[in-house]
Amino acid sequence: MRYAAVTLIAFFLMPALAAAEDYAFPAASTEQSRLTIGSTTDIGVIRPVIEAFQSANPGIAITYREETTRQLFVQSQQACAGERQADDLIISSAMDLQVKLVNDGCAVEIPPTALAALPDHARWRNELFGLTFEPAVIVYNRKLIATAEAPTDHIALADLLRQPDRFNGKIGTYDIEQSGVGYLFATFDAAQSSTWGRLLEGMGRNAVQLFCCTSDVLDRVADGRLAIGYNVLGSYALAEAGRHPDMAIVVPTDYALVLSRAAFIPAGAANQADALRFLEFTQSPTGRAVLDRDARLFSPVNGAERLFEAAGMAENARQSLRPIPLGTSLLVGLDAMKRRQFLKLWRESLATGQD
Amino acid sequence: MTPVSETYHTRRPSRRKPSLALRIGVAVTLVVALAATAALFSAWRYGWQAANEAFDRLLTGASLQIVEHIGVVDDSIVVDIPASAFELLALAREDRVFYRVIGPDGATLTGYDDLTAPEVPGDGGTEIYETEFSGETVRAAVTGRQLVERNVSGLVTVVVAHTMRERTVLAHDIAIKAAILIGISSLAIIALALAGVLYGLSPLTRVERALLSRDPNDLSPFDIETPREIETVVDAINRFTRRLDRRIGAVQAFVADASHQLRTPITAIRAQAEIAVEEKDPARLARLNKRILDRSIGVSRLADQLLSHAMVTHRGDAEPREQLDLRRIAMEAEEESRRFGDVGQPAPILDLPDEEVAITGDRFSLREAVKNLINNAQTHGKPPVSIHVTSGPHDARVSVTDKGPGMPPELRAKAGERFQVRGGGSRRGAGLGLAIIAEVAQSHGGRLEFTDMPGGGFRATIILPAKT
Repeated sequence: MRYAAVTLIAFFLMPALAAAEDYAFPAASTEQSRLTIGSTTDIGVIRPVIEAFQSANPGIAITYREETTRQLFVQSQQACAGERQADDLIISSAMDLQVKLVNDGCAVEIPPTALAALPDHARWRNELFGLTFEPAVIVYNRKLIATAEAPTDHIALADLLRQPDRFNGKIGTYDIEQSGVGYLFATFDAAQSSTWGRLLEGMGRNAVQLFCCTSDVLDRVADGRLAIGYNVLGSYALAEAGRHPDMAIVVPTDYALVLSRAAFIPAGAANQADALRFLEFTQSPTGRAVLDRDARLFSPVNGAERLFEAAGMAENARQSLRPIPLGTSLLVGLDAMKRRQFLKLWRESLATGQD
Repeated sequence: MTPVSETYHTRRPSRRKPSLALRIGVAVTLVVALAATAALFSAWRYGWQAANEAFDRLLTGASLQIVEHIGVVDDSIVVDIPASAFELLALAREDRVFYRVIGPDGATLTGYDDLTAPEVPGDGGTEIYETEFSGETVRAAVTGRQLVERNVSGLVTVVVAHTMRERTVLAHDIAIKAAILIGISSLAIIALALAGVLYGLSPLTRVERALLSRDPNDLSPFDIETPREIETVVDAINRFTRRLDRRIGAVQAFVADASHQLRTPITAIRAQAEIAVEEKDPARLARLNKRILDRSIGVSRLADQLLSHAMVTHRGDAEPREQLDLRRIAMEAEEESRRFGDVGQPAPILDLPDEEVAITGDRFSLREAVKNLINNAQTHGKPPVSIHVTSGPHDARVSVTDKGPGMPPELRAKAGERFQVRGGGSRRGAGLGLAIIAEVAQSHGGRLEFTDMPGGGFRATIILPAKT
């Protein structure tokens, strides 16, 4: 009983503990300054970018703090209110939460000439910038689904899920109650098309498995525990697909939402100069090459081309990409009342399917 | 004006004096600048007004959309904020957005707790206002909806606000574009106005050139086309040259007359003097001497009168007037005529009032005139000669009376013209006396009057206007 209780506590604490971790990158030469980055990106994904930055700027030591999106948001709000020391740079995949922080006046403005190459959807107010170009994709296991019957768009996926029992318990996606990115994708899915209702119903009927993180879904699709992963991040999927030949990636041809990890420099940042230097580095040719090659994160500047090269898809499919624009329209999903209603609908839809 | 000073003036075309074109140019520029300033101010206000109108529509639209999505589910108020409301607000791309929905009890249903809201202008109405939020001035729309449900009723308030960056950019953009237009058109107006002014003033240049190119000795009137505005100036110049012309003519005539009048008696004196040199007979020599003396006195008087006339003529134009007592003038004239007159003449009788007779005039001219009156009476009339000074309500008079028959009527009408006494000047008068008197009377605004006295006698009176 006692053991069970401890296990239970450990179970609740685990994600927080596992996620909240600091990584030190000492300066390559004599340390001249220190840059603290608060981020939600896996250390494994971001490491090549940091190392490339440090080899270009050997005097800068970096502390990389990896947090969950919620936690990073709460910390940033506290820093904004002056209750704790702000990080020098905040990078989060929860674009909506980042927009909220900037909307609440927590960011500093950078010179308009900096990061000028970024397209409109990836910058807001000269304060918030999208650094990556990551589509929401469908992954499947080639052993369980033949390439011919693989879904190419949302409608095809909904149709596929109508086959009774074949995919029961074999489809996985974000738990949008836990994952900020999942919630963001879901709200946009709901707004994008009427297919969303059918898809939700199909997932509910097939006892969809919900996970906190993209990597959990990818791991299971790779080893065959799941047949289909829906709305997983293309960046992680591409990296994973390189290691697991069984895993295939589909960028939906009707529409594919594209996420940009959003970054801003907090108003209380101690080292704003290096933070800006880091931001600019990520969009420099060197930085973009690292994003493309090692991290598979791509850049909003030329992410569409690079993505289709990497995914081996037709050039004309590029028009289905729907980058989620940074801006106040993301705030609506954060409205507390709206969120409650959306989650209620989500739960009810999944439950209806499962009955 | 001598030719030397003439050239002096033409060589300096009055650079430092105010130019008409410059003055008009400055005036036009000032007026246009004033108008442009007013226009800029209006443009600035218009820019803001237009920007506010445009962006206030977004606010109003968004708040109305939110209001529409207020509902009651299971006895509680539910606000399902539509994405379209925020997409509308996101049209102001660079602006931060704040909102708040307040329930009938004043509690925040959703949104920013600390966003203040004024009174709602009633169900369905929207009010726009500005307030401070999150360190910036924000513009906000507040609107409300009256809920009337079984268990939930009251006013739900919706506030939607955004920062003013985009509207500032738009307002400035409109204002700057308008300002550029205003600037360009102002410059064009000034340039056109200056061209118009130069065109309008070109007749002046023509007049100027005509004046400068004129021979200094040419006193004929100008015959050039002049605009109405400077017609009077050219007329004045023409009147002046005409007067100058007349004056010069008068002087030339006078000199000619005088030389003629003087030459004859001087020639006669000379001839008699030559005879006298040869004459041995003492009796005839004495007669000759007496004649030479008489002639000499006549010439001397003629010269005196010529100079006096010239002086009087000159003074009539040039001398300033002073306050005078006519009695004193009469006394001085009497005294002088006694001193320089012929010996043996009985002295004139002076009849003066007790009170001062005040007039305005030139002492010298008046004295000369009275002297000439006395002289005429003594020369042509019969003694006794008397001098009267009287003063009336409107005039002052000085008159000289003698017992003679007076001037012949045809001479009275011609009084004032020179050399009316035939014979080129008698021993006692040169014929200039009346001319001098008439001229003085005229230049003092008065006149000369001749009266035959009842019971014989003649009176000549200078009537001057009383001093006002």
